Amino acid sequence: MTVNTAVPKMYGRCEDCGIYNMANLKKLGINMDKWDYMIALAGNPNTGKSTVFNALTGLRQHTGNWPGKTVTRAEGGFIYNRRGYKLVDLPGTYSLMATSLDEEVARNFVLFAKPDVTVIVVDSTRLERNLNLVLQILEITDRAVVCLNLMDEAKRKQIIVDERRLARDLGVPVIPTSARYNQGIPELLEAVHDVATGRVVCRPHRVKSISAKVDNIIKPLITQIKSAFPNLPNARWVALRLLDGDMSIMNAIRDDGLGELNHAPAFNLAVA
Amino acid sequence: MNKTDDILRKASKLHEQIDDEFHDQLAESLYADATRIADRAVSYTGEKPRFDFDRSLDRIVTSRIWGFPLMLLLFTLVFWLTVEGANYPSAMLAFVFIDTIHPVLHSWANTIGMTWWVSGLLIDGLYLATAWVISVMLPPMAIFFPMFTLLEDFGYLPRVAFNLDNIFKKAGAHGKQSLSMMMGFGCNAAGIIATRIIDSPRERLIAIITNNFALCNGRWPTQILIATLFIGALVPPFWAGIISALSVVGIALFGIVLSLLVSWGLSNSILKGEASTFSLELPSYRPPRFWQTIYTSLIDRTLIVLWRAIVFAAPAGMVIWLIANITIGEISIAEYMVHFLNPIGWLIGLNGVILVAYIVAIPANEIIIPTVLMLMVLTVKNAGGMGSGAGVMFEGSENEMMTMFSMGDWTLLTAVNLMLFSLLHNPCSTAIYTIYKETGSIKWTAISTFLPIIMGFVICFMVAFIWRLVA
Amino acid sequence: MSEQKVITLQHLKIGQHARVVSISQKCHGLERRRFIDLGILPGTIIVAEMRSPSGDLTAYLIRGSVIAFRSEQTRFINISIL
Repeated sequence: MTVNTAVPKMYGRCEDCGIYNMANLKKLGINMDKWDYMIALAGNPNTGKSTVFNALTGLRQHTGNWPGKTVTRAEGGFIYNRRGYKLVDLPGTYSLMATSLDEEVARNFVLFAKPDVTVIVVDSTRLERNLNLVLQILEITDRAVVCLNLMDEAKRKQIIVDERRLARDLGVPVIPTSARYNQGIPELLEAVHDVATGRVVCRPHRVKSISAKVDNIIKPLITQIKSAFPNLPNARWVALRLLDGDMSIMNAIRDDGLGELNHAPAFNLAVA
Repeated sequence: MNKTDDILRKASKLHEQIDDEFHDQLAESLYADATRIADRAVSYTGEKPRFDFDRSLDRIVTSRIWGFPLMLLLFTLVFWLTVEGANYPSAMLAFVFIDTIHPVLHSWANTIGMTWWVSGLLIDGLYLATAWVISVMLPPMAIFFPMFTLLEDFGYLPRVAFNLDNIFKKAGAHGKQSLSMMMGFGCNAAGIIATRIIDSPRERLIAIITNNFALCNGRWPTQILIATLFIGALVPPFWAGIISALSVVGIALFGIVLSLLVSWGLSNSILKGEASTFSLELPSYRPPRFWQTIYTSLIDRTLIVLWRAIVFAAPAGMVIWLIANITIGEISIAEYMVHFLNPIGWLIGLNGVILVAYIVAIPANEIIIPTVLMLMVLTVKNAGGMGSGAGVMFEGSENEMMTMFSMGDWTLLTAVNLMLFSLLHNPCSTAIYTIYKETGSIKWTAISTFLPIIMGFVICFMVAFIWRLVA
Repeated sequence: MSEQKVITLQHLKIGQHARVVSISQKCHGLERRRFIDLGILPGTIIVAEMRSPSGDLTAYLIRGSVIAFRSEQTRFINISIL
């Protein structure tokens, strides 16, 4: 199956249609005791992540226009199509190489808390820069949806983004939105639902070879990691990070974190 | 466990084998893919417009000539609109809650024969304190917050950080400290949490300790009220509003100067170190969604802060009523405290009433003025007609307040020093708790708590001393 | 691109475009990573946009975003003016 879910499917049945399902959306705010799926919201700073968060949960997390505004993790919930979703808004970061506290928070969450879907909010006027983070996230998870936000701004700046092409290249659904004006949210919900329920299977883009030398070096390491942690989505990436001397992944492995946390949905991060 | 140890051992051995360029290569291959994918997906319709609104505006707001004046102008405008705009609704709320409902409650208590101390505790303590907080606090907050949020949503704050960076650098502080400081103008606890954007622990501590010098919303009503009553009154009515606003801006600026000086002091003593590098993104300006911003900031910020004030004011009101009405011999506890603190108060250009108020109001800065007023009624309780009984907050307009203050022997010095002391005292209990949570250290929490209050005493003492020498 | 003299980014004048040649080896660790994470890599095009009033920070257009650095950081970035 080739995955190009950004292309609207045949709307044969009402239940398949985002507009219909919008009526099934119940914003729960923070009243969330149990949930069927956990969704992480990641993205660069200033891409309107908090706005997407608010549009989905009905919460009104304050949205300011400065990078690093969301320093803590915000959580909320909604019910869509009779399924309970818990939404976690991660701090905005440029990268997941864990060079600062907020990057570590975001990275550890995606990697260890294993959200059912990671929604990556992207500034469609700065695609190249944002894709850097998208690619890094796609390295550590198999279940992601790209939310191509700020389409209104792109239009104003006369930028056209071919979301089908993007979806094909990234191997995950890509949904154009203008969250500030609530545009594209029904489609985003549908895509999240599809990935969460497994109706759509992602084939995320993975970085090819770095150099023949590196490839040779890490091959045995990958095999070893795979046998120790069979559930890991991308052993190669973990190997690359280990090779890069990434301390937090080292620590996680030392605590057997990669294996243990497979089963732990609630994950408390020690911040600071 | 063996397996993981094995992996780690192997990995660290391999890590030594590869060269430093590995990370560069990894990042480069990611970016190369990102560029390729983006190029394939993105196209432009027609020419990119030559006139770039963002850049043109940026050239002005960060210009050598206009950058700083514009910044001052904007903040003065915000304060001025707050001062001017808050008067009328404040008076209205006071009329409803204090002049109208309060007597009604009293007569109702009389009708059902409520015991005097129950009605005193509930109506003159709990209810009045809450009513005061609402009428003094709500209007300025409801005006200030939306305006500040509009500026924030528009994208102006990073430009302020851009302009101020050099000064912060010279103080040995992190460039992003200006952002956490600005959040502190909203609420110090929020500002302290915002310091997480600073990676370096040393500079983050400096930012946390100095955040209290950013005048938080709980303290503006005090500033604005005192400035309006005492400083605005020095000039003809036409200028009163703008002069009051300017004096509040002056105090806020003084706070910034102090926060820089203290940062400098810390980075040259107990928190020695080099200023670390940082990058600051200047995001695109976004037209704020006006009504939505107004609505959100009213509901989320204003009401939340107001609710907190009420939660703290209600019990504080009861405490004040109690200390004003429990007597030892013929004299109430409050009077003992006031008399005891009067000499210290005099030394720093304040008085015992203000100091007692600051003790009662540790939980929340918001209730200082209501507390002062309640206590004043006590110390000048023979000032016929105002309020009834000890510890009752009198029912009054600004004029009555002024009469009250002058009867309490308040002078311009008291006003100026109260404004200074309101800037320079311990953080509120929420902020202290947040500092402890963020630093995890009693030592740094104690430093952050006691440093400002010591500075407050020293600076107020010096002002009072020089004032009395000159006057 | 013709053979250009390589200078450091701090010498790029406002309005000038440049191509990144390399990040100096003197810049390593966290600082180097931050540059790279922001997309400053050999070949990246950088435009100097504006300078702060005190002249200490300079904002550059890098891959669509405007990002400001202090001059003691930008001296590590080798560029050739376009």
